[in-house]
Amino acid sequence: MGVEIVKALKGVSFSVEEGEFITIMGSSGSGKTTMLNILGCLDKPTSGTYLLDNVNVKELSRNELAQLRNRKIGFVFQSYNLLARTSAMENVELPLLYNPGISTSQRHQMAVKALEAVKLSDRLDHLPNQLSGGQQQRVAIARALVNAPVMILADEATGNLDTKTSYEIMALFQELNKQGKTIVFVTHEPDIAAFSSRTITLKDGKVIKDQKNENIRSAKDMLAALPVNNE
Amino acid sequence: MKLFNLIRIALRALRRNKLRAFLTMLGIIIGVGAVIAMVAIGQGSKKSIQDQLSTMGSNMLTIRPNSNQTAGGGARIDASSVQSLTLDDVQAMQTQSQYINAVSPAVQSRGQAINAAMNWPTTIQGVNPDFLTIRNWPLKSGTSFSNEDVNGAAKVCLVGQTVVDNIFDPSDDPVGKIIRFNKIPFKIIGVLSEKGENAFGQDQDDIILAPYTTVQKRILAITYIQTIYASAINEGSSAAATQELSQILRTTHKLNNNEQDDFTVRTQAELISTFSSTSQLLTVLLAAIAGISLLIGGIGIMNIMYVSVTERTKEIGLRMSIGARGIDILLQFLIEAIVISITGGIIGVLFGVISSKVITAILSWPTYVSQSSIILSFIVCAVTGIFFGYYPAQKASKLDPIEALRYE
Repeated sequence: MGVEIVKALKGVSFSVEEGEFITIMGSSGSGKTTMLNILGCLDKPTSGTYLLDNVNVKELSRNELAQLRNRKIGFVFQSYNLLARTSAMENVELPLLYNPGISTSQRHQMAVKALEAVKLSDRLDHLPNQLSGGQQQRVAIARALVNAPVMILADEATGNLDTKTSYEIMALFQELNKQGKTIVFVTHEPDIAAFSSRTITLKDGKVIKDQKNENIRSAKDMLAALPVNNE
Repeated sequence: MKLFNLIRIALRALRRNKLRAFLTMLGIIIGVGAVIAMVAIGQGSKKSIQDQLSTMGSNMLTIRPNSNQTAGGGARIDASSVQSLTLDDVQAMQTQSQYINAVSPAVQSRGQAINAAMNWPTTIQGVNPDFLTIRNWPLKSGTSFSNEDVNGAAKVCLVGQTVVDNIFDPSDDPVGKIIRFNKIPFKIIGVLSEKGENAFGQDQDDIILAPYTTVQKRILAITYIQTIYASAINEGSSAAATQELSQILRTTHKLNNNEQDDFTVRTQAELISTFSSTSQLLTVLLAAIAGISLLIGGIGIMNIMYVSVTERTKEIGLRMSIGARGIDILLQFLIEAIVISITGGIIGVLFGVISSKVITAILSWPTYVSQSSIILSFIVCAVTGIFFGYYPAQKASKLDPIEALRYE
């Protein structure tokens, strides 16, 4: 460990409104990951404030942060992070197991609903290794949805997927956004940003661009426009 | 509710890694199984040594009058001629003592046993039916005499093997025959099993046992008794029984505090010390084996849990990112360790009980599975799970979620 203090983010200030679909763009070293950790309440800013759903994150303890993540944030990771040898159903139930206020029957209902929302209601008992990459990511999205979070935080969620499957996942995100979900999508791919309603670009720890996207592309249409493989 | 969820989480995690859980458990299973089987073998040998020692009469007490009464010119007379022990003493012992379970008065005489043309010099001992219990002396054939025979001074007897060999043809069954001892006819109602020689080379089978009343009235013409035999309830209470019997006899003999005992109570001190040192040795040996096996099992748990924390770093990171607190992770790992050790403990107990039965069946070694060994090893096992599971669990709970998520 060096003693040199690296400031990953400097003077960053923006707010995310309910129902927005934001992409945070930036090349590696731009402070993207630190931004994600702070937004996801995995880390606290050394100075400045972060208000999540009107809660000042800086004042919270480690345990309170965990609880906040459990109730208000849904994570979607690049590598899905599903528990191996565990059914889709049990993977989706996982966040609810850390919420003592939810009964067993409620938990089952909510998990089934979340899997229906990602169109996997026919794969409840499938294990991750019996699912395709896109399906695994949809299980992960269902897991992020299940606790009805105020924000879904996706970290390069399409990074491991091929173009077609990426469009499928983006179509799903767009649909969830249409239903009112707030989505923050961290990525370095410019064409992914085209699907969002607003793009924040980071460089060397500073916001260099923050603009509304006037011309939102529909992932569904893109998917339909792809050449069909008939081999 | 919260704990219930954590148990569910831990069980699901174990189910995902059945083989690893089983292999961890195997250490405990073998540890506990070995402890149960070892202790069973040890207890079995202890019990069989105990049984052998008690057939030698390790818990027998002998009460004789003191021979320090002087007759006439200062010469001390033989203890068997002293008349201080009576049936009242025997009755007092029977009713008042807590540490003895059988008492028999005894009188004896030497004489010639005669059957038809054959004769043999031997000893007749007058006792009550409890004497066979005290000496741990089963019959080879026939039956023992009863209390009615004692009350009626019946002319019945039990004969030792040496007597049988010397006055009967090998083909004859002595039971039911009439022999004469010092011209008095006795009907043989039973034959004693062979005891062989005692430690001093005396032939213990060269004896005839008859009701003590018969010997008192018809042979010796006395009313006092020469010796009292008693058996302590077990080897360990011999000393207490000695004290108690001395007290009872001092009371019945109306001795003042400043008067010496007019009797002596003797125990089989040598046998008892052999017995206690043997069983102590076995106990220490077994405790050492038990301790080592369980320690190894515990280290096995710690080892696997420790490796599994590293291996499952990413899982821990995920759990933390979706809202697991440090304490949730700690409890999850701890519950996993406890479930493994307790399940292993239960299987281990079964394994131990079954293998001791197999050992008995195949090697015909005596085994004895004691309840205390089961309970003890089970408790040790649960404690081991908590103790050795805690450190890795704590390590897991201290992980930083960001680093854990990024761990490859």
